[in-house]
Amino acid sequence: MKAFAQLFLSLDETNKTNEKVKVLKDYFNSVPDTDKMNMLALFSGRRPKRQINSTLVRNWAIEASNIPPWLFEESYHVVGDLAETMSLLMPQNRGSSSKTLTEWINEINGLADKTEEEKKRWLMDSWAMLDSSERFVFNKLLTGSFRVGVSQSLVIKALADITGIEPPVLTHRIMGSWMPDTYTYEQLVQEQTASDDISRPYPFFLAYPIQETSEKQKSAEELKSALGDESEWQAEWKWDGIRSQLIKRDGQIFIWSRGEDLATDKFPELHPFLNALPDGTVLDGELLSFQDGAPMPFNVLQTRIGRKNLSKKILEESPVAVIAYDCLEYNGEDIRHKTQSERRTILEKLQAATPFAEIFRISALIPFDNWEGLEKTREQSRAMIAEGIMLKRKSATYQVGRKRGDWWKWKIDPLSVDAVMIYAQKGHGRRADLYTDYTFAVWDGDKLVPFAKAYSGLTDAEINKVDYFIKRNTLEKFGPVRTVKPELVFEIGFEGINKSTRHKSGIALRFPRILRWRHDKPKEEADTIETLRALLGE
Amino acid sequence: MPKKPLLEFTDKGIYCHQGKFYIDPWKPVDDAVITHAHADHAYPGHKHYLAHELSREVMLYRLGEIQLQTVSYGETVMKNGVEISLFPAGHVIGSAQVRIEYKGEVWVVSGDYKTEDDGVCTPFEPVQCHHFISECTFGMPVYQWKPQAEIFNDMNNWWRSNVEHGLATVVVGYSLGKAQRILQNLDLSIGKVYTHGVIENTNEALRRNGVELNPTTRITQDTPKEEVRKGIIIAPPSSVGTPWMRKFNPYSFGYCSGWMAIRGAKRRRAADRGFVLSDHADWDGLISAIDATGCECVYLTHGYTAQFTRYLNEIGFNAREVHTLYGDDEGLTEVPEEEPNLSNPTPEEGVFEKAIEAPGKVFSFGEDEGGAKEDFR
Repeated sequence: MKAFAQLFLSLDETNKTNEKVKVLKDYFNSVPDTDKMNMLALFSGRRPKRQINSTLVRNWAIEASNIPPWLFEESYHVVGDLAETMSLLMPQNRGSSSKTLTEWINEINGLADKTEEEKKRWLMDSWAMLDSSERFVFNKLLTGSFRVGVSQSLVIKALADITGIEPPVLTHRIMGSWMPDTYTYEQLVQEQTASDDISRPYPFFLAYPIQETSEKQKSAEELKSALGDESEWQAEWKWDGIRSQLIKRDGQIFIWSRGEDLATDKFPELHPFLNALPDGTVLDGELLSFQDGAPMPFNVLQTRIGRKNLSKKILEESPVAVIAYDCLEYNGEDIRHKTQSERRTILEKLQAATPFAEIFRISALIPFDNWEGLEKTREQSRAMIAEGIMLKRKSATYQVGRKRGDWWKWKIDPLSVDAVMIYAQKGHGRRADLYTDYTFAVWDGDKLVPFAKAYSGLTDAEINKVDYFIKRNTLEKFGPVRTVKPELVFEIGFEGINKSTRHKSGIALRFPRILRWRHDKPKEEADTIETLRALLGE
Repeated sequence: MPKKPLLEFTDKGIYCHQGKFYIDPWKPVDDAVITHAHADHAYPGHKHYLAHELSREVMLYRLGEIQLQTVSYGETVMKNGVEISLFPAGHVIGSAQVRIEYKGEVWVVSGDYKTEDDGVCTPFEPVQCHHFISECTFGMPVYQWKPQAEIFNDMNNWWRSNVEHGLATVVVGYSLGKAQRILQNLDLSIGKVYTHGVIENTNEALRRNGVELNPTTRITQDTPKEEVRKGIIIAPPSSVGTPWMRKFNPYSFGYCSGWMAIRGAKRRRAADRGFVLSDHADWDGLISAIDATGCECVYLTHGYTAQFTRYLNEIGFNAREVHTLYGDDEGLTEVPEEEPNLSNPTPEEGVFEKAIEAPGKVFSFGEDEGGAKEDFR
């Protein structure tokens, strides 16, 4: 654990990529193999199961810190991280533990059948034997998501340097449903075939945006100079659903989402078509809700994500189909090295053979003669329930991660309205103790109705200015939320708008964010609820 | 008619009606008593200043031609029958708590203070009083400082390791206070200490005042970079990310501030190293200092006033929060330092005029979290 806590400290102590890789390598070289796998699991989002619910952890931490609960909550708002708050508030401790990361994780997993009283004693004893930096990572193990200041690709790079295995291969090998007690370091570094773990997905190939911001639209001419001849490219709609990989191997089926969640059970209506695929097939595509053969907006699909039980009603209201756009494995063979066109031919063949063409759809290629023509077609995106256009180089292989060059997304302009900030809340992580989470409102007669929350879009300098304003213009406080004097106006952009019964304003936005601060607009000139309703098409 | 309190909170600053003087006023007044020379306490434009003798040269350097009377700790000055005396605040060299006595009633204005002896300025001394006006910049229990010996041990090790790896070492801290505290606690067997011009101007002012400081070398255009690489550079926060700092590349930069206790604040700063080193009292320091005054009532002026006031009341103190324009000299709001630089001798005037005009009810009983200044330039 000492080494793991030190890893955290050292990663925090540098902003330089090479230094971080060095720190990671030093860690790998200094710990036992089981710790390496536990660390890899944590850094790739495979946290141990939560054995003590966070309310209990919080309550026991308050007890150990000997402060009133309200002051603990206030401290949490200042720190912006629960694990860190707890470690800062507990009495300083000079002790230190010699247990390894693996031993700690095994202890945590061993709590499953313990009584609440036993859990409490174990936790209090554990806190008492750890120093403050160890306590911080320990609390992270117990409670939190393990977001650290280092990307998975850096961890992979460090591991690649040590093992001599290429990063894309390692990226692939740490995907899937493994946990550190089922997958050893030895297995990770030895030669493997796809059949070692039949559920394992391939790393997704992600597109780069062709324009940095929506305000700088690329013209057809610029596209031509950047991408070259039209004939080298294929175009498809950019669908707004759940990016997924669908696997059929050894008679078994697996559905993975982009976040590496195994979601097979969440989409029962896809099972018949997957079962009908030949063994050794992996498809890449988008899951969307469909009605009468047309895709539905994302919010329809959203209503069923996260549900434990899929009722008959939900399955009827939001039936899912896949729009496939790539094939990564065929006849049990990894075909990612083949060209886009070759893979497309295979995909078309598979789709032509399916008896479930309503469920197994294919992303149609958009015919276009030149970039000007495609630019025109792109304007129909919203009507197609698409976010824009995807451009894929016909000769491209299927690569690992977000790469420039062969896959581009060309999104349409967001919709936008001018809105007044009315509530603010402090942020988390590097935005701790700064007001960075805002709620925006539009006019409904002479009242301001909140309709969206947004966290991103301002520069650090602007955030400081807004924070300064909020601290001096607070009207009321409700827990962590402040009611702010309505004065500042911002342009809020969003990808889509839908009716909602859950929000006061009656609408729900997709991906709201701040496009810019409208210093030039007084609050009276912000938009109205009618403007939003018009965008709904009512 | 109820008796007027000895000290009042007005829109110009803390005012003594009986003695007709202000303490740390932020608008021009006739008679100002100054706790310390930081720009959010020692504003320009007053007719007459009273401060501690070790603040003299820094105030003259920062404020130019002013009419300044200085006294030593414990010395008494009478103004219209009110007795004024200064006591060590332990914040920076020359910092003082102001003790006011009239007809047996005693008020103390803390200014900024810390309870740990930093070995550089005269250590904080609790003063018995009826009413105590205290800062609470770090008035949350998550702020608990380690002894400075531990921090400087880390800092010296970091410097040593940078020298071994051929990296320049830049340590960032405020030019009055942090800079001298760092300077006096570095292990000079590792190398020489180089200073940014802003820091060296303050050092020179202090030396003129008779303060003995370790030797420093001002960095000029002619200073050989390879020599600087073997030493350590003390620089002000305003130099972070400037071409001036980049010319020492490759370097490692460390930031010294109490805010570094929080990981998020440290990451926001993008410092290579965050040293949790503050010239303000931590949570336990504040409570013990307030307790030691034996006061009937404590007024909290700046910092986490709302939370700290509530907690003090819960544990049996009589505490009230008050709004002032005293701010943050530890860089929470991430603005460049409020002090002269070499190209422009008095850039801070504009900043403070704007700060005073900034929206907000100065003495309303609300809450503010330390960031009183903002960069309006």
